[in-house]
Amino acid sequence: MNTPVKRWQSLLLWGGLTLAVVAVHLLGRAGLVSGYLLQILQLIGINIMLTASLNLVNGYLGEFAIGHAGFMAVGAYVSALFTVKWHLPFPLALLAGAVAAGFFAWLVGIPAFTTFGDYLAIITLGFNMIVVNLINNIDYLGGPRGLPGLPRATNLLWVYALTALSLLVLRNLVRSNYGRLWVAIRESDIAAELMGAEVRRLKLLALVIAGTIAGAAGALWGHLLQYIHPRSFDYIKSTEMLVMVYLGGMGSLAGSVLGATLYTALMEMLRGLKEWRPVVGPLILILIMLRMPRGLMGLRPPDLGRLLRPRREKGVAT
Amino acid sequence: MAGMAADRAAGPGAGAPPHPAAPPLLEARGVTMAFGGLRAVEDFNLTVQRGELVGLIGPNGAGKTTVFNVLTGVYRPTAGRIFLGGVEITGLPASAITRMGVARTFQNIRLFGGMTVLENLLVAMGFRAGYGLWDALVRSRRFREREAALRRQALELLDLFRLADKAERPARSLAYGEQRRLEIARALATRPRLLLLDEPAAGMNPQEGEELMQLIRWVREQFDLTILLIEHHMPIVMGICQRVLVLDFGRTIAEGDPRAIQSDPRVIEAYLGQQEVS
Repeated sequence: MNTPVKRWQSLLLWGGLTLAVVAVHLLGRAGLVSGYLLQILQLIGINIMLTASLNLVNGYLGEFAIGHAGFMAVGAYVSALFTVKWHLPFPLALLAGAVAAGFFAWLVGIPAFTTFGDYLAIITLGFNMIVVNLINNIDYLGGPRGLPGLPRATNLLWVYALTALSLLVLRNLVRSNYGRLWVAIRESDIAAELMGAEVRRLKLLALVIAGTIAGAAGALWGHLLQYIHPRSFDYIKSTEMLVMVYLGGMGSLAGSVLGATLYTALMEMLRGLKEWRPVVGPLILILIMLRMPRGLMGLRPPDLGRLLRPRREKGVAT
Repeated sequence: MAGMAADRAAGPGAGAPPHPAAPPLLEARGVTMAFGGLRAVEDFNLTVQRGELVGLIGPNGAGKTTVFNVLTGVYRPTAGRIFLGGVEITGLPASAITRMGVARTFQNIRLFGGMTVLENLLVAMGFRAGYGLWDALVRSRRFREREAALRRQALELLDLFRLADKAERPARSLAYGEQRRLEIARALATRPRLLLLDEPAAGMNPQEGEELMQLIRWVREQFDLTILLIEHHMPIVMGICQRVLVLDFGRTIAEGDPRAIQSDPRVIEAYLGQQEVS
């Protein structure tokens, strides 16, 4: 339970962070913070939303979804329809993008969770490819040329508010009966069902929440870059999200924040690598798997040294 | 075959039900479970009255666990019908059957190993948590009150099972016997009317087995339970079961008083003859 001290600490932390973000936003508008830095900060927020939501499904629930960019694409394109084609206000577009992505997550979950078994990976991958191919073939949405002209509606405050809201929703659910049941399903779905948990409904719920958040992230992303094209949402994007989840640590929201932040910053710093840059992500993934399969937040402090030291055989404990 | 039918006709009648008018707590009629060509359970009939403690024995592969899986909704029977307190439960999802008052343990322990001992019980109480998504999202008053109440109940139950001091430990860190105890506690956390125990004494030494027997007796009285027990340890079966069913190759070959069963030649041939009786 929350002790008063903890409550003060978190109030201070969130208050301080909010003040800092508002300050940076205002300084940016006054031209005192570079647009480049502002964009990186927003990309970090968007990636935190994508990573944390994917972590709900892959980390807490223990499923394996590998097409998260599909939901992001739905959010980006549906919101773009609202603003570019129908000239509706951005908040409405954002909401529509999120809801549409949640609806598609529900559609994906129905066949994936009908029986016990691991169908989610293949179905989410298929969904990701279908979405990209569909957009490629719909001329109204610009097809392979992409859809330009999205209004620059996303700003640091929007991203911050939605990132915080997403994390709050995920944290509160994870620390409730729902979160316990999700983790129980990960540990043993049969035992969870036999303890009265409606496993299929609970899995669907997690996937829909994750899809909705990814959709909102997609809408923010589109209205930040102002130009979207189908290739930005292919399986490579989905893989990047997986890298961020594993880097931060499965089943840890703090890990997702850390993983998304580090990865986004790192990829920005490596722009100089040009065509070699896409190699870095998979390479990180391999390194994580080999040296710290539980991710950064899965490590206890004493283990951190293991990353730096060569491995040694442990002596017999005396 | 004819003898079997006669046994069955005599069996349930012998242990006179407490309320003749009330429907039996559990009734299986002609349940068959086939996997492809293999009939794991064939024409299984069982009537359990409220308060009874019935044993289910038989050699390995006789279909005992399959019976449990059918009764709890893990499998949908190929044929036959199942009733709980007179209400048909055939083909219902496992979670629905649990919510109606059937709980079980597993032959090979299936705790939520990475979760704490306390959380294992909270999961089993999850379906009656009493708050919804919105309460969890906004941390409503109802959420806080119900969470506190669940926690209290879980700790009380752990206390009864002498596990309260290990509440915050991961379930997989418990000793083997403690894990077995936790499985029973977790099943009870669903507030069952009928408890199915699948070889609870498996892997235990005689002394642990004896303690377990006491625990089962005590649990049954304390929680006013009806128990169906799969067990290999003959002393446990003979010591606490009022009635025993013997399965072999999916068929019920005998049913009745434990002592009579022990001397039944068919049972000796099928089960006691090949199995080490410890």
